[in-house]
Amino acid sequence: MAIVINKEACKGCTKCVKVCPFDAITMVEKKAVIGAGCTSCGSCLDVCPFGAISKIEDRVGGVDISLYHDVWVFAEQREGKLMNVAIELLGEGRKLASQIGCRLCAIVCGSGISDLPAELIAYGADVVYVADAPELANYTTDAYTKTIYEAIDQYKPEICLLGATHIGRDLGPCLAVRCNTGLTADCTSLEIDPHTKGILQTRPAFGGNLMATIGCPNHRPQMSTVRPGVMEKALRDESRTGEVIALKPSFAEGDIRQKVLEIVKNVTETVSLNDADVIVAGGAGLGAAEGFELLKKLASRLGGTIAASRAAVDSGWIDHAYQVGQTGTTVKPKLYIACGISGAIQHLAGMQRSGLIVAINKNEDAPIFEVADYGIVGDLYQVIPAMLEALG
Amino acid sequence: MKIIVCAKQVPDTNEVKIDPVKGTLIRDGVPSILNPDDANALEAALQIKDANPDTKVSIISMGPPQAHYMLRECLAMGADEAFLINGRVFSGADTCATSTTIAGGIQAIGDYDIIFAGRQAIDGDTAQVGPQIAQRLGLPVVTYVQGIREIKDGSIVVERQMEDGYEVIEVQTPCVLTCVKELNEPRYMSIKGILEAYDTPIKEFLTPEEIGLVADQCGLKASPTQVLRSFAPAPKGKGRMLEGTVVEMAKELVSSLQEKHIV
Ligand SMILES: Cc1cc2nc3c(=O)[nH]c(=O)nc-3n(C[C@H](O)[C@H](O)[C@H](O)COP(=O)(O)OP(=O)(O)OC[C@H]3O[C@@H](n4cnc5c(N)ncnc54)[C@H](O)[C@@H]3O)c2cc1C
Repeated sequence: MAIVINKEACKGCTKCVKVCPFDAITMVEKKAVIGAGCTSCGSCLDVCPFGAISKIEDRVGGVDISLYHDVWVFAEQREGKLMNVAIELLGEGRKLASQIGCRLCAIVCGSGISDLPAELIAYGADVVYVADAPELANYTTDAYTKTIYEAIDQYKPEICLLGATHIGRDLGPCLAVRCNTGLTADCTSLEIDPHTKGILQTRPAFGGNLMATIGCPNHRPQMSTVRPGVMEKALRDESRTGEVIALKPSFAEGDIRQKVLEIVKNVTETVSLNDADVIVAGGAGLGAAEGFELLKKLASRLGGTIAASRAAVDSGWIDHAYQVGQTGTTVKPKLYIACGISGAIQHLAGMQRSGLIVAINKNEDAPIFEVADYGIVGDLYQVIPAMLEALG
Repeated sequence: MKIIVCAKQVPDTNEVKIDPVKGTLIRDGVPSILNPDDANALEAALQIKDANPDTKVSIISMGPPQAHYMLRECLAMGADEAFLINGRVFSGADTCATSTTIAGGIQAIGDYDIIFAGRQAIDGDTAQVGPQIAQRLGLPVVTYVQGIREIKDGSIVVERQMEDGYEVIEVQTPCVLTCVKELNEPRYMSIKGILEAYDTPIKEFLTPEEIGLVADQCGLKASPTQVLRSFAPAPKGKGRMLEGTVVEMAKELVSSLQEKHIV
């Protein structure tokens, strides 16, 4: 679709210029002109008092969408263990599949993974496509892209969901180009349009300042990546049954151009922010690395874990693995206590969906208070000891 | 060695604010900057050039004419030449169409051993364009590159960042590498660079034909995804500000949490 301006009707009021999130409209000789930045988002359509702006269909390409069926989830595993995000995607995929009235399928690649199909079925997959080959033991872009592309080409899913992990964000774009379809990154909500049965993918843009709902009407599969920790996990039910289909990937010389020479794990303790019920997070307001010791006391008293803002990570006080936010982890604990964190939009993007948010900050105007259920204006070095005292 | 760096001019999303009344973006006075990860991509190329002076570093960007500023900044940092794909027909492109266009531009530039891109741009955060360019050009890709270990004849050994560590990967060249900020510390523009940058013409591709494409392969028309709606995120309702002394507030908080059975 494209946005067009009816020059006759335009009175040059500039309302559309002000509302355009992409700064794509300019005034030339008192008439609005759509510029190169236009994404056809349609924000300008409703604000024009003169009805001078309209949207026209002018897309090219596409496929016969009636040939495509089922919701697929890429079930990412590492060292034979399913990633949590795969289980979350099965939870979300089940909802989409029942709204469409189709099957939920999982596709899993690896080597020596014969126990995974049963697990995926227990988590809700009606069908599991398994590619078990030595070349797939560790993820490589080329081997996984080839295997999954061939499966998509043969079985034609209508929707394909991937976790927005470092692997999913590598694989997704490569598959999308191979399939000549669209891909929407880091979706935070997925719905099915009740009329078209197409997917509506909502994601943050501009560092979380704006949300956009994106569709993929004419191409298949409709592909999305979803960040870990955003969707509800599927419930495990051992009594479920499903079908297992073995894929037969084959690789010729030159098919796999990346070779994994070594896998190095951080020696620091593994941090699992996604599973924590209580998170006590610290920011620049801690003033020093030692501040995290106090937060640890509160966290362990509450049976939770600590986390950090980017400013605390950038100061070198704590490892990046603890960072919450747009470029860190997305978390959804029952209780999130933000201590000395201003509440920048990029930080909020990672914790806004927490059950209950408490903010402790010296500055009463800190934006973190806008999302807090309870706010305390004060010095965290006084407030936290007082809380520990009150907890007994 | 020939290196091409893909760079984008982006609004500094740190400076973007939402109008609380209208729920729209306030863009006035928001500076445009070289996308941060792309600065790391350029630095990686320049470090290779420092070590091998016969290396040529070309920058390619797709964007509006204002992107000239960003390209001059890249030249002033030390790039040898800059190309801008610019024109209404390329506009409104999603990542799929963008990658077709930039891949076309890269082929029009010609020879390359390594193509660097930033992992992602801060205005879209998709991380898709780099690997998609690789697919279009039929090249191998490694994303999230946080270290370059060794450049060999016909391959390069890099570190790929993972959530819990990193992988050491050997990839055949020519290839596409997308860079994260841990890779290096981008250099500043030099005075000499700034002076020279103004004399270096920026080459423009203005039509699809110049980069081996037709109009139907470009821009909005060729984009499978469509933005159906955009809106300001619904603010989570503001809760209660506690009052009193520190001890009173702490007590009240703890008892509220206990009442709700959260602690
Ligand atoms: C592309 C991009 C991605 C980003 N991704 C992330 C991300 O994933 N996660 C993230 O967190 N940030 C991210 N940021 C950074 C973000 O914009 C902010 O800079 C960052 O979140 C600020 O951290 P802060 O709140 O700890 O620090 P500041 O903004 O410096 O806030 C410190 C706060 O502490 C308060 N304070 C000081 N002393 C005390 C005290 N003794 N007691 C109580 N309060 C005190 C101050 O009033 C202030 O509000 C990103 C930025 C960009 C551009």
